[in-house]
Amino acid sequence: MSAAELAGIVVVGASLAGLRGAEALRRGGYEGPLTIVGAEPHRPYDRPPLSKHVLAGELAADATGLPALAPLRARWRLGQPTVGLDRADRIVRLADGTRLAYDRLLVATGAEARPWPAPTGGTLTGVFTLRGRDDAAALRAALAAGPRRVLIVGAGLIGCEAASCCRDLGLAVTVVDPNPTPLARSLGTGIGGVIAACLRDAGVAFRPGTQVRAFEGDGAGHVVRARFADGGAIEADLVIAALGATRATGWLAGAGLRADAGGLTCDAACRALAADGTPCPDIYAAGDVARWPIPVYGGRLVSVEHWGNAVEQAGHAARNMLAGPDDQRPYAHLPAYWSSQFGINIKAVGLTDGADSVAVVQGSRASRRFLAVYGRAGQTIAAVSFDQARWLPAYADAILAGRPFPPIRDATDRARPESLAPGFPSPRAVSADEFAHA
Amino acid sequence: MPDDTPPADALFAAVLDPAYRADPYPLYARLRERPVSRQRDGSYVVSAHAAIRSLLFDPRLSSEDLPPSRRPRTGNPLKDWILNPIRNRIATAHRPLIFRDPPDHDTLRALVMRSFTVPRVEALRGRIVRDVDALLDACRGRDRICLVDDLSYPLPVAVICDLLGVPEADEPRFQAWATELATALEPDARHDEAGRHRIVAAFDAISAYMRDLIREKRRRPADDMLSELAGPGPDGRRLMGAFDLISTAILLLVAGHETTVNLITNGMLQLLRHPRELERLRADPERAPRVIEEVLRFDPPVHFRTRKALGAIEIGGVTIPQGAPVVLLFAAGSRDPERFPDPDRFDPDRADNQHFGFGGGLHYCVGAPLARIEAEIALVALCRRLREPRLVMDPPPYRPGASLRGPEQLHIGIAGID
Repeated sequence: MSAAELAGIVVVGASLAGLRGAEALRRGGYEGPLTIVGAEPHRPYDRPPLSKHVLAGELAADATGLPALAPLRARWRLGQPTVGLDRADRIVRLADGTRLAYDRLLVATGAEARPWPAPTGGTLTGVFTLRGRDDAAALRAALAAGPRRVLIVGAGLIGCEAASCCRDLGLAVTVVDPNPTPLARSLGTGIGGVIAACLRDAGVAFRPGTQVRAFEGDGAGHVVRARFADGGAIEADLVIAALGATRATGWLAGAGLRADAGGLTCDAACRALAADGTPCPDIYAAGDVARWPIPVYGGRLVSVEHWGNAVEQAGHAARNMLAGPDDQRPYAHLPAYWSSQFGINIKAVGLTDGADSVAVVQGSRASRRFLAVYGRAGQTIAAVSFDQARWLPAYADAILAGRPFPPIRDATDRARPESLAPGFPSPRAVSADEFAHA
Repeated sequence: MPDDTPPADALFAAVLDPAYRADPYPLYARLRERPVSRQRDGSYVVSAHAAIRSLLFDPRLSSEDLPPSRRPRTGNPLKDWILNPIRNRIATAHRPLIFRDPPDHDTLRALVMRSFTVPRVEALRGRIVRDVDALLDACRGRDRICLVDDLSYPLPVAVICDLLGVPEADEPRFQAWATELATALEPDARHDEAGRHRIVAAFDAISAYMRDLIREKRRRPADDMLSELAGPGPDGRRLMGAFDLISTAILLLVAGHETTVNLITNGMLQLLRHPRELERLRADPERAPRVIEEVLRFDPPVHFRTRKALGAIEIGGVTIPQGAPVVLLFAAGSRDPERFPDPDRFDPDRADNQHFGFGGGLHYCVGAPLARIEAEIALVALCRRLREPRLVMDPPPYRPGASLRGPEQLHIGIAGID
């Protein structure tokens, strides 16, 4: 065996995608050296419970470890952020100066919470983001200490789940968002209005159309107040900045790959694209960090932060890593995610981007139990269910088959769909810069 | 089986024909030549695994496909013009939840699920073991048992009575009603005027019985499902309306009577036909769950359920028109060679066994955990305690039902009972 072969496969990212990718490599028959590098000191853990059970105190943050589903026989390099990639020499550089050689590389570094800018209060104590296990543990401890008022900036999925937990804990909560309703970017204001009603019923003070200018601290540097763009202010001694995530691609700067804060661009086979657009035969990506051409939506480049994609894409990338250059299969995936908040189980399939119509095809918004379908140019592109998930597979099939919108009429509990305006905010209104007034 | 094979668009009529009851599987294989097959009477039979799966999740398929309840003329104008039309309307509007669609179905099912908890079902394990032992003890000294009369029927009946809180002493009263009501699942019985009248009469009789029992449960609540369903919810209000409560109680009682009996009997029939599997289960009771799942796939207690298409549905190369009756032929889907390797082989060791033995989707059997426990305990005890068991008659005589399909009797010759 030559020295080059001995380098083996390196997985960057001890994440759900990294772990499942490594398992898929072993299950696919890969017997060579396998190294898993993780920026955090922890073995791979599960993120969905962090914003739910962990904040609620039902599960300890360190009890979220993911089980290994196959023998890995891997070398772990944990607590070691990767700081650089040298493609010519096939070397990844770790923070401690280690140079790790690879024959094949799987990039699964995921995403990072978008932080609140330091000049406007981002360094005050009591200002939290929620992405990793340590974030969740720290936030849980702060919530358990009984803050007088929690302010959540951003009413996306994480912001809403956190608000739901805070109310379960009996804490006073204010949620602000620049858009007219929660979840406006992912589901539109037509459906987001249902969550707005849930927030209100749960006793959350929701302030739509509100932008925070800055956080102000006391003498000890602890946050005490948020100042709004319109001049108003609110007292709050705990802030959760839920502003979304950026892809963890900083370490790829200068590597000659198509990588930026929106992800590492891949081809259909999950191979990373070099700056000139050619796929690298030895670098693959999977999970949140990957931006790939999605076949269901005409090959548009997308990246998603979904649990299911991390698992499936990692398995697919691993399969292609072990296959020959003539046997690189395209990754066909229908995005799907779930959320639980305010006692409602939300499940969604497909991507709502560009939807021009929404129809409630089952149930009703008033009962908060319904299934809504999104259409674009007369074609069904996505569906979301509130406590109505059993029917979702029928709509997933309709999306995959490219059926007309709405795909299903005459449902048992609603003979005629209810049409509504999707109400997606303009992209400008939801950027992090708008939140932060940076 | 009759010699002349029926034409493709009359296959389901043959399925209903008692002549094919003992072995409907060749008919199912022919039906599966098309995933969805239109029959002469305008109904659509779905027999491929993938098509059944897809339709189980299709919201355009309604379970509200029973014809409206109609009581026969009595000659008494008060009854014929006032009372019975009201009762007909009530019965039609408050059908048991297997004949209901969302959102009402979901509400009722959630309430049942709340009471049908795993701890409550698991707590029955000990008594099921004792019941099975006692029933077999009672057969000592005989050289032949009838599995249906001696075990498969009395066991689930005793268990469901206990669970619901129905006095077992009343069993002789509702046994005939339960059998009659179960024919509502059989397409030929429900379209025959006399059959429908018999169903209505049984429903009225059992309703009156349940109404009294529920009143009693409200006066003296006990630790049983009926007391819980009849009692107040967390907000102090009643969980179910009076008519829904009665129809739900009837459903649970009838389902407890008419399904598990077939699971146990079909299971033992297959073990007697596959003596090596019987021996293996005797040697290793841990195999019971695998055996039960394979029985549920290979020879299930419920062969099909019917639905109605609320809209036109394109599937498997055909368009089911709006309003058409649809038959989900679970027992055929569970033997689909596209889904299961070597599907006609009874093989408890198959790795991937996603059968339709308990249906699927919205109406997946609520009692599945209980049925599994009862069948497991019964089959293990039969294998361990019956000495030299053998079939006296193969195939055995079958009950009339094509949907709820199982032997009327299963005589087993034995050398003794341990």
